[in-house]
Amino acid sequence: MSDVKRPRYSAWKLLTQGFSKKPWPKVWEHHELQSSYDVVIIGGGVHGLATAYYLARNHGITNVAVLEKFYIGSGGSGRNTAIVRSNYLTPEGSRFYDRSVKLYEHLAQDLNFNVMFEQRGHMTLAHSDSSLRTMRWRAEVNKLEGINSEVITPSEIKKLAPFLDITDHPRYPIHGALWHPPGGIIRHDAVVWGYARAAAALGTHIHQDTELTAIDVDSGRVIGVQTSRGPIATRVVINCTAGWASLISAMAGVTLPITTRPLQAAVTEPVKKFLHPVIVSGSLHTYVSQTSRGELVFGASVDPFASYSTRGSLEFTTGLATHVLELMPAISNMRLLRQWAGLCDMTPDFGPIIGPTPADGFYVDVGWGTYGFKAGPVAGESVADMIANGQPGRLIEPFGLDRFEKGTLTAEKGAAAVGH
Amino acid sequence: MLLIQCPHCGDRNSDEFTFNGEIVPRPDADADPATWRRYLYMKSNGDGWQTERWFHVSGCRRFLRVERNLDTNEIRDVRDYGDPS
Repeated sequence: MSDVKRPRYSAWKLLTQGFSKKPWPKVWEHHELQSSYDVVIIGGGVHGLATAYYLARNHGITNVAVLEKFYIGSGGSGRNTAIVRSNYLTPEGSRFYDRSVKLYEHLAQDLNFNVMFEQRGHMTLAHSDSSLRTMRWRAEVNKLEGINSEVITPSEIKKLAPFLDITDHPRYPIHGALWHPPGGIIRHDAVVWGYARAAAALGTHIHQDTELTAIDVDSGRVIGVQTSRGPIATRVVINCTAGWASLISAMAGVTLPITTRPLQAAVTEPVKKFLHPVIVSGSLHTYVSQTSRGELVFGASVDPFASYSTRGSLEFTTGLATHVLELMPAISNMRLLRQWAGLCDMTPDFGPIIGPTPADGFYVDVGWGTYGFKAGPVAGESVADMIANGQPGRLIEPFGLDRFEKGTLTAEKGAAAVGH
Repeated sequence: MLLIQCPHCGDRNSDEFTFNGEIVPRPDADADPATWRRYLYMKSNGDGWQTERWFHVSGCRRFLRVERNLDTNEIRDVRDYGDPS
């Protein structure tokens, strides 16, 4: 544990600082790039920063650099729809994401930073017999892992979300739902800032505006990296990027089973609170939640073709409006404020890729598809553990890169991009 | 919107097509299972220009070979999959 004094936030501090009219002190310092680090983490999103934080807090490894080519949280961490849940389909998936929910539950206390986690409940709608069967399957797998998850009827759905149309009028009527009370929404930027502040206080160097340009590999072993601000000697490099995971791994000569696809999301004007839980419909390719400010946030499944472009499309907004109005006809007069896209690194089995690679010293924490943000804390904790102990722990063992050559895929059909 | 110039049908919205991904050379029939799995799963997923396969499902129902830029979505060449590239 580092002895760096971390400034505490409290209601009293907020009051006195507010009345003092002085600017808040800087949350972390700018550092010059050192010529060497014990560990170099590529990507200043929730995964990279959480890894840095747990390396320092749990293992005392603080000679660490986090390289971010833009500003922290500018990639997937700031573009997702901020949903947290653990009701996945496979035992290994549910177990893994449940640890993340548990970490999120006390993250605000751990980091002394308000991450605004609201466990409002997460409802996945079933529009057919077969999808109701999948929901039942998921609920049973979840319960065996000790996760609160149950199938509910349309009348129970109506009580939890009165604005949903549960009649048989829509093209895809609601037959039931998978109800997951611990799921909810969180302020994703706050998670990024909280981890960055806590990691920096423990001694980690966070380098924004610093782009990785090459990874130096000598006879199969990582010896350093080249950046836009100069070279760094290191024997451990962790790729914690989303969207550019394949391109960065290629610098170390590692090929990944990833196809990068954009996923579009949109937000409406704010209105009075009317929707409490998070509503998801796999058949209608949409999920919706209402933020504490009153905006409705919508997400879709991934775009129908691979791309690194984050440009929005009209097909997305028209499709979204059609689908959302099937669920909630009452919101037809609401206006969309803006839409955006994030990049999703899709793997063949909808599971992430965490672990060592054929290049010695080069580790990956990638392939996070549509489920990366909710896994940030557990991925950070597990990757830090793997670096400190030299081998992947029990939670991440099923997600190694070698599973694709061995043929031991995870088949996680509980992911958001998968229709049931 | 992505406009794909189908050699059989003319300019069509990408909604009419299904995307089959980058074209990866197929291994020999007697290759070992590990090689086949690499062929199935591993992708170069590079940026810039990519040669990929699309299927015109709501049109001529032909497979097409498309050269598209993954950073800008610009398309510079579309031909029938069977035509020499």
